[in-house]
Amino acid sequence: MVWYILIALGGLFCAVQAIRAERLLTSALWLAGTSALVSVAIYLLGSPQVAAVELSVGAGLVTVLFVFAINLTGKQAVDERSIIPKPLAWILIGVSVGALVFLLLPGIVTKSPEYLEPGLAGILWGTRRLDLWLQIVMLFSGVLGVLGLLGGRGEESVLQEGEKKS
Amino acid sequence: MTLTALNIFLGLVVCLFAVSLYALLITRNLIKMVVVLQILVKAAILAFVLAGRLRGQENLGQSMALTIIVADTIVAVLGLSLAVQVRKHFGTLDLKKLNTLRR
Repeated sequence: MVWYILIALGGLFCAVQAIRAERLLTSALWLAGTSALVSVAIYLLGSPQVAAVELSVGAGLVTVLFVFAINLTGKQAVDERSIIPKPLAWILIGVSVGALVFLLLPGIVTKSPEYLEPGLAGILWGTRRLDLWLQIVMLFSGVLGVLGLLGGRGEESVLQEGEKKS
Repeated sequence: MTLTALNIFLGLVVCLFAVSLYALLITRNLIKMVVVLQILVKAAILAFVLAGRLRGQENLGQSMALTIIVADTIVAVLGLSLAVQVRKHFGTLDLKKLNTLRR
């Protein structure tokens, strides 16, 4: 039980550090730590497939994308003062967490009536086939997003080369 | 209330949700906002796996979590590419300075 508590506290600590970190690169690395610990938690809850996907995508691919994007945008100082007043933010958080704890969680905890559940593959390819197609469409839009991330870089370098020549 | 693994991770979900929602409200940097959004979605993924376990529908919860992971990655990619393009065109990542409607 101590390990469960340590993993939960570690995940929360990494998340807080990712939010508090001043450098974006440090923030991205703490996010990878959060992702790794959340995937350990998912594994301990008995979902090894989801844990493996979360670890490889959340801690691997997304971190690489963050590092790449931070390198492209460069170091930039942003004024840390928030747009909305912090007390108002705290009130909103209190209301939403209160709603989560008192309204939503009891509904989740109640066990549903017994039924014969198909396997993970059966649900994915049978019950949720439409969702799977939507995921494929989303993946294609993600590929286009990566092209957008890379796009314009060539133009910039062409411009720089032109400036050097002139 | 006894301290079980499910209760501990349920607490983690609530804490991650609260922390990231607060940060989402006060953050002004576009890339930092994507980082915070990622943490919020991690809480959602964990919540789906937990909900499936608690309701006795583990496979449904897992398949939902897989869908969220895919969607979350796409959101990160699109958000980051938008941030890069915004930096290129406006020269800043500060949300307040990007609010051109006030001018």
